[in-house]
Amino acid sequence: MSGYLPVAIFTALIVGFGVVSLAMARVLRPSRPNDVKLSNYECGAEPIGSAWIQFPVGFYLVALVFIVFDALAVFLFPWVLVLRTVGMPAFWVMAAFVGIIGLGWLYAYREGVLEWK
Amino acid sequence: MSPLVYHALVGFVVLNAVIGMVTYVTLLERKFAARMQSRIGPYYVGWPHGWLQPIADALKLMMKEDIVPRAADRWVYNLAPLAFLVPCILVFATIPFAPGLGVADLNIGVLFFLAVSALEIVGLFMGGWGSNNKYALLSAMRAVNQIISYDLPFIFAALVPVVLAGSLQLSVIVEAQRAMYGAFVFYPVLGQLAFVAFLVATLAAENRVPFDILEAESELVAGFRVEYSGMKFALIQLGEYAHMIATSFLGALLFLGGWLGPGPAWMGPVWFLLKAVVVFLVVTWVRWSFVRIRVDQILAISWKLLLPATLVLLMATALVVALRSTGGA
Repeated sequence: MSGYLPVAIFTALIVGFGVVSLAMARVLRPSRPNDVKLSNYECGAEPIGSAWIQFPVGFYLVALVFIVFDALAVFLFPWVLVLRTVGMPAFWVMAAFVGIIGLGWLYAYREGVLEWK
Repeated sequence: MSPLVYHALVGFVVLNAVIGMVTYVTLLERKFAARMQSRIGPYYVGWPHGWLQPIADALKLMMKEDIVPRAADRWVYNLAPLAFLVPCILVFATIPFAPGLGVADLNIGVLFFLAVSALEIVGLFMGGWGSNNKYALLSAMRAVNQIISYDLPFIFAALVPVVLAGSLQLSVIVEAQRAMYGAFVFYPVLGQLAFVAFLVATLAAENRVPFDILEAESELVAGFRVEYSGMKFALIQLGEYAHMIATSFLGALLFLGGWLGPGPAWMGPVWFLLKAVVVFLVVTWVRWSFVRIRVDQILAISWKLLLPATLVLLMATALVVALRSTGGA
């Protein structure tokens, strides 16, 4: 894991940069809030209610299909590394797996899950 | 020198290089866009040709008042710019600028890049939700739609060079391209198709026109960052451009042979930078040439065309590699 020490330090540096630049801006900038400034932006009109309401998300089922394919992607990463040494057997195993998921994709397509509603 | 100090120094240099590149890439884009529209672009600040314009912009944004809407969720709202900035710059950690020149040339480089660059959605959604603004929330929802649609083609297209090189380490992938005239894009059929798919997925991953529905100015004003001002806005912009440059660098590493090129070894980083700028300019060229596409079209292009196409392409590449490997039947 020693290879990740530079990554950890780099992350700390990025956070440090963000915090320092925000702090510098805090010292430099003016602060003159008023009632209208602090209201939410809605093209100049008075905001109507809160934005935190329930509303239908058009891609809900697509998100479920996404999780299936994302799991496939997780299996692809180790597979590409051993492909050279294992050869054709590795290819056929993954081809069968992709084929099964492909059937699922076809089913989702036929059922109209991939349409925007 | 202790390794801690050494890594801190390297990280500091890379961080500053990234920030410097971001500031001047904004100028490059504005000049390029101006040229495409027969304008001049920034000119007067730092005469001639606006050389100091990015510096002036940064100073101006730092002096601007910071407004937090009364209705916003303060914690989420204030943390969002940082949560957005960190993954966007962190992806540079694994990019080698020349052999041995970079923060950390991880042996899982490509996986690290793809995983961390997908994390930006967390900061983006925090900004959209925390603002308690209808435009921002709709934009954040569209961003989620975008990432579930284009992350997979992006991964599959990026895996094609990985299969050809047999490694996830970016420096190994670059060296493997020596056998292919210095770039995987020259690989017959597979290389070109994968590069085109990668570019399309890149446009969507960077939320650029024609895939910029989440900041569609005509409907959502500025999308998830509509309530941000001053330095917080600056950090979000910085993150967005850093992500864009990082993806250009990844494209140059995976498909265009990174630092490979004629000339002595010190020319390597120069070649790499030039190739990355070419990728960036192609993306900018597309941005100023096409119109925005609709939400349902974005979903359809990804799920009905790009996803199956990239998966088939990846399997075809795997078949070629497996047939040529030692274990081939």
